[in-house]
Amino acid sequence: MSPLPLLILVLLAGGLFSWLAGDRRPRLCRWIAAASLLAGIGIALSLFRAGPDGAPFLGGWLAETDVDWIPRLGIGFHLAVDGLSLLLVVLTLLLGLLSVAASRNEIAHRVGFFHFNLLWVLAGVVGVFTALDLFLFYFFWELMLVPMYFLIGIWGHENRSYAAMKFFLFTQASGLLMLLSIIGLVWANHAATGVLSFDSVDLIGTAVAPRTGMFLMLGFFIAFAVKIPAVPVHTWLPDAHTQAPTAGSVILAGLLLKTGAYGLIRFAVPLFPEASERFAPVGMVLGVVGILYGAVLAFGQTDLKRLVAYTSVSHMGFVLIGVYAFNELAWQGVVIQMIAHGLSTGGLFLLVGMLYERLHTRDLAAMGGLWKAIPRTGTIGLMLALASLGLPGMANFVAEFLILVGVYRTQPVYAILATAGLVFAAIYSLRIVARVFHGPRAATGAIADLSFRETAILAVVILLLLWVGLYPQPVLDTALHGLGGM
Amino acid sequence: MTPSQWTGLAPLIGPAAAAVAVLLWISVRRADRTTALLAGAGLVVSLWLLVGAWDVAPLRIGPLLVMDGYAVFFLALLYATALAVLAITAAYRGIGGERKEELYLLLLLATLGAAVLVASTHFASFFLGLETLSIALYGMIAYYRRRDEGIEAGIKYLVLTGASSAILVFGMALVYAQTGTMEFRAIARAATGMLPAVDPMVGAGLALLFAGVGFKLAVVPFHLWTPDVYAGAPAPVGAFIATVSKGGVFALLLRLFLNLDDPGRAALFPVIGLVAAASMTVGNLLALFQHNVKRILAYSSIAHLGYLLVALLATSRLGVEAAAYYLAAYFATTVAAFGVVGLRSSDRDEAETLEAYRGLFWRRPGLSLVLTASMLSLAGIPLTGGFVAKFFVLSAGAGAALWTLVVFLAVNSAIGLYYYLRVILVMIRAPEEPGGETVPALPAAGGITLGILLVAIVWLGVLPGPLQRWIAGAVAGSF
Repeated sequence: MSPLPLLILVLLAGGLFSWLAGDRRPRLCRWIAAASLLAGIGIALSLFRAGPDGAPFLGGWLAETDVDWIPRLGIGFHLAVDGLSLLLVVLTLLLGLLSVAASRNEIAHRVGFFHFNLLWVLAGVVGVFTALDLFLFYFFWELMLVPMYFLIGIWGHENRSYAAMKFFLFTQASGLLMLLSIIGLVWANHAATGVLSFDSVDLIGTAVAPRTGMFLMLGFFIAFAVKIPAVPVHTWLPDAHTQAPTAGSVILAGLLLKTGAYGLIRFAVPLFPEASERFAPVGMVLGVVGILYGAVLAFGQTDLKRLVAYTSVSHMGFVLIGVYAFNELAWQGVVIQMIAHGLSTGGLFLLVGMLYERLHTRDLAAMGGLWKAIPRTGTIGLMLALASLGLPGMANFVAEFLILVGVYRTQPVYAILATAGLVFAAIYSLRIVARVFHGPRAATGAIADLSFRETAILAVVILLLLWVGLYPQPVLDTALHGLGGM
Repeated sequence: MTPSQWTGLAPLIGPAAAAVAVLLWISVRRADRTTALLAGAGLVVSLWLLVGAWDVAPLRIGPLLVMDGYAVFFLALLYATALAVLAITAAYRGIGGERKEELYLLLLLATLGAAVLVASTHFASFFLGLETLSIALYGMIAYYRRRDEGIEAGIKYLVLTGASSAILVFGMALVYAQTGTMEFRAIARAATGMLPAVDPMVGAGLALLFAGVGFKLAVVPFHLWTPDVYAGAPAPVGAFIATVSKGGVFALLLRLFLNLDDPGRAALFPVIGLVAAASMTVGNLLALFQHNVKRILAYSSIAHLGYLLVALLATSRLGVEAAAYYLAAYFATTVAAFGVVGLRSSDRDEAETLEAYRGLFWRRPGLSLVLTASMLSLAGIPLTGGFVAKFFVLSAGAGAALWTLVVFLAVNSAIGLYYYLRVILVMIRAPEEPGGETVPALPAAGGITLGILLVAIVWLGVLPGPLQRWIAGAVAGSF
């Protein structure tokens, strides 16, 4: 079997088996989940290969599968990866693995069903990152929602039902707009060429009237903007991130937000180049507003998890301005930003989860002075905060730097405004450290420092952030393999 | 009649003969299990007889009936659905210890009525089929005599159906008076002869016809009976009304509409378009406020018929295929949902309030998995048949450039999500008191049926190819 369907199948099967192993054998169930993710990572890593004489490999797919699915409508089961997809797939599986490891103590009930949902979300995300057929893309796009809905709705915090419903309605309603756009584009292509096909490879270059093109592009954009999330359709995010269990927050912030950015790069811009170009100023404004607004709101939060959630809005604003700068430099920055944000925010959510297990609160006012009690946690927290504020040496710095340089070339004003976001980022990131770890101790009583398992989880995150931050070239080359083709 | 005509007619004789056999058997011996088995065997044999009919199709049988690929497909769908409803009826306990033998009999008769509709090409067979269906349904709806809601629902259905039949017949009369024929194609030819505009009397007749059919389909503004009847009737009967009854009528409407030529269609187009948009919107909006699962399903069915009308209005081969696929997915989904309601019901009361499903996911994972799958399918979420079906309808609608209706459909799908998700949300809530449930194990017939339906829902959502190809082949010869 070709590696891509196998990769998705491993996750789906792993999910089913975890469920079957169920509540009676929770340990076994966790190991099954971890094993299937490790197998997935193995499959994904085996797809990496250098081009001729080590130079970046441009064009062509690293792996591809194309089978007829619903021939009547020209729908195929078309999966393929290039460097861009592959990076995101590896990120997906890695964060999945960390989530499984992080849920060991947090999730004590209905363990089997939890891991089933976790793995099925990841399967959906991998599908989104690899699908080329637009119907298939939509299929996976929706497939990730239902298990995520369960993760929030069952294992979430006090206000979970509301958050789960809001998350689902926002993403599904915007997804339907994308579906309409997909169908509209397909029929436009049919009218022009007489071929009925949902394959994005066939649809790129479809001639549509400018007005129609704009409408169709907007359908895609809105769906992706909700996921990224761009202001003003970001309101689902703070609720969903805050109410989700730790693993859910990690996957939401680390992966689901990336699917929106990926969709813009892979589909919205290449399918509608002219419309995207005309739309670019709006995208830029939304991005800059997101950067500043998200940062200001993050600063105002008293709930630690909500604070981290709003930093996502700010960080993902960089993705938006990077995409609409339309140059290679900015786009490479976008890819690094996706990875860096996935790791650093994922790491912060993991840390918040670990603190919550100890303190049973997310309220900043109830924290403070923890450095003395749990110094290892403090150190790691500080490093993650520094990554989040974009300290040189960490991946986020490389990403934001590239994006700003790229944007400055075409839109200097927006670049300057966005740079202000970095200042805000420093303020809110250091505020986390100050409020949680410094100052007077708010509560008394002994608390345990990070266990070996927890330290290992976060160490992986920090090492990766440092690696990408210090030596980003391999990642840039791999990303270029995908971006070069566009 | 030639032998091949007998072969073609055999699938319609099947349920009729089975009804007679069940009637005789009941008079010999009252035994629930054997009666159910006999009725089921009748439906299985009818399904088997369709294989022969498929070989001789397309074939006209007298002036009234036709056995073409379209009819064979819908008959197969109706019989299979009736079989599933029968199995759930057999496993159903919510009828207060009442005997169910006659319910099986009525179910066979109603199925026969729907089957005749599917194969009819003439007003006479249309009316005969419709009345057979309706009269059997009165009995089925009011079957549980000690339940006030049941009687109320039966009376309501009786009065409204009577009125709608009268309207229908009047419409037929108007059309006949002007065209001198009751055969669908001949009417279409006559209507074409009246170009440039359709004769007002024929137009009025067609509109009245549509109103009569609209009552059966429960589309807005003819929907008022639906929630009460769904809530009042026993759950399996609700499943039957939502699927076999509406499916037969819809298949007929689709055939009639596609047989009309452009002027006739143009006359009906704005009316049906308006009805479709209103049904989707009203059905979904009213469902938002319901706390009763059967009422939610009732309003949801109003919305779904609205979606189906979009496929009808596409008036293309793709539209017919989409409608057929949609009905197949919708039938499996709806019977599964009503099946869960039916199997959850005890002999004291029906499990129809949302509260009765609280925490079901943790107490009865199997049952709630089925209900979850059917809710997701009704909402049109991937991996379920409802998603692929809705996608087909959207594609067909967009292909025919019905953009307003397509946007209506998409917006309504988003609204509908809320109440479908609410049912799931109730099921995954923590149960009020921990521990097991006192409800005894599922009857085998019910469990197996629900299992098959679950597989069907997922199958239709993941591998739509085989059924889609069969539909395309079946429909190809008919239009």
